[in-house]
Amino acid sequence: MHEPHTEPLLHGVMAEFRTPEALLEAIGAAKAAGFTKLDAYTPYPIEKVLDALDLHHSKLPLLVLGASIVGAVGVFGFAYWASAIDYPLNIGGRPLNSWPAFIPATFEGAIFHGGLAAALGMLLLNGLPRPNHPVFNVQRFVEHASKDGYFLVVESDDPKFDGPSVRRFLESLAPVEVNEVEN
Amino acid sequence: MSTTYDGARGADPIAQAPVLAPGHTPASVTERISEVVTTKLTKTPKWWLLGLAIGFGLLNLFLLAVTNLFMTGIGIWGNNVPVGWGWDIVCFVWWIGIGHAGTLISAILLLLRQSWRNSINRFAEAMTVFAVACAGMYPILHLGRPWLPYWLLPVPGTLNMWPNFRSPLIWDVFAVSTYATISIVFWYVGMLPDLATLRDHAKAKFARFAYGMAALGWRNSARHWANYEAASLLLAGLSTPLVLSVHSIVSFDFSVGIVPGWHTTVFPPYFVAGAVFAGFAMVLTLVLPLRPLFKLKDFITDRHLQNMAKVMLTTGLIVAYGYVLEIWAAFYSGNEFEIFMVLNRFTGPYAVQYWLLILCNILVPQLLWFRQVRSNVWALWVIAMFINVGMWLERFVIIVVSLSRDYVPSNWAMYHGTKWDMAVFAGTIGLFLTLLLLFLRFLPALNMFEMRVLTPEATKAHGEEK
Repeated sequence: MHEPHTEPLLHGVMAEFRTPEALLEAIGAAKAAGFTKLDAYTPYPIEKVLDALDLHHSKLPLLVLGASIVGAVGVFGFAYWASAIDYPLNIGGRPLNSWPAFIPATFEGAIFHGGLAAALGMLLLNGLPRPNHPVFNVQRFVEHASKDGYFLVVESDDPKFDGPSVRRFLESLAPVEVNEVEN
Repeated sequence: MSTTYDGARGADPIAQAPVLAPGHTPASVTERISEVVTTKLTKTPKWWLLGLAIGFGLLNLFLLAVTNLFMTGIGIWGNNVPVGWGWDIVCFVWWIGIGHAGTLISAILLLLRQSWRNSINRFAEAMTVFAVACAGMYPILHLGRPWLPYWLLPVPGTLNMWPNFRSPLIWDVFAVSTYATISIVFWYVGMLPDLATLRDHAKAKFARFAYGMAALGWRNSARHWANYEAASLLLAGLSTPLVLSVHSIVSFDFSVGIVPGWHTTVFPPYFVAGAVFAGFAMVLTLVLPLRPLFKLKDFITDRHLQNMAKVMLTTGLIVAYGYVLEIWAAFYSGNEFEIFMVLNRFTGPYAVQYWLLILCNILVPQLLWFRQVRSNVWALWVIAMFINVGMWLERFVIIVVSLSRDYVPSNWAMYHGTKWDMAVFAGTIGLFLTLLLLFLRFLPALNMFEMRVLTPEATKAHGEEK
């Protein structure tokens, strides 16, 4: 603990709660106490937790829109270039740029790129793949986070973070257990 | 779990049945579902081994049939002029259609916030992926020179030319490959949190490692869930038009052609409805036996069976409407070839197949109007089997009846599938069964995190939001 600012020993302090309601109350109390770097861990998505942590600003929709436009323009552009410029082919006297016939492939191109962007973008924004993470150092987290435990972590990069006092604060919220999350 | 009185539902006890049996908590749901996967290999149920043996046996028949096909050529099949499309395209369309119920359940019902889908969506998505894998075999096998499928893709090469973007067959390549890709992505993204659950709860060290790698480090963080929920909705929003486009484009393979009985605008909607009809029949065919085998009656309740039966009845009526419209359009057109095509279906050499199709797809499903039938698992299974057969016959009638007797009588010829056609079809069923059974045993077949959402504890937390 000589140089806590350069390489913090703690990722944060974690409190476990038995119900979603208790977790929500704890989030409210932590925000009221001035903590800002909070993360919650729940075995299923809970809208109210996302609301409480103000997490409804995913950049994903924009990313997907962008990728879909790129896909659509790319496929249409390619179909036009291939059919009208690079290798003009007269099929039954139809115009070389017979654009309505290019629409099905264009549409699929938009969906293809949008869908991949949704999946890969979700992983990117979540910092995945990342097989290991400090929270897995807490045994009860491993056992319950994906089953029936509701966890709140005050992270150590919070300006108000100070291990022992955060621990005392979380213990005052009637948790199941409080653990320091080691880095 | 609604306890409010609903006039329309009041008389029907099943419609009020819960989508999750009472008394479950997030922990009990997790344990019951992951138990199927985390059971020791030596304790694998016998029925599973038997099923895998059958599936794997048929898969080997597939390899045999395909080896012969590659060595001899597609002459071993019944296809010949004038019937260039036979069992191969019939089965291709049949499999693709089956896949569509999976996308409907996972995407469209998600957008419509139908929470009863939560327990069957994973299974249905897996069914989609495997059905598309089976479907994908056929166009490539049918090429005649199956080492050249990349000619269909716009890749630069010594050929020095590009695919014809005006051709429905190229649209089909784009549609089916996009559908396969997005279905796999949707399925995998949907499984991430459950793979993380298995990582945390598997007993064997290797299993923990394998599921851990597959879960990509998912840790149920609220920050993850925020992006995850956005991704799910976006994928559902993209898959919905995708599934409609795929079967529309498959129907363009026919309707853009000028063969009598094919060249009609009713094809896209009626193909899509038929696909959903067939897909729900296949979901029921598989779910009904799996429910007792895996002891999943708490999660797949009578309410699910009831709802699926109703979707089948509805889409079946749309299909019936399509059949009626085909006949009407032929007579309304006044075109002698179209009119002949309809009369030829009624009384020609393939009349047996046509009337069997009407029996399987229109008459038998009408039994689903009766609540007693909808709540009887045996009756439901038999009806679903009728529909599976009926939808296969539908594609047979569309493809073969029209091709075997088109414009010039001197060009007419009968078509019969050969034993090799049957071997390939049985083989794709083997591929499907093998993949499905491996999935059931080693991956979470029911969506655990979405089932946790249905527990009283979670519904209380969700309150009245949205």
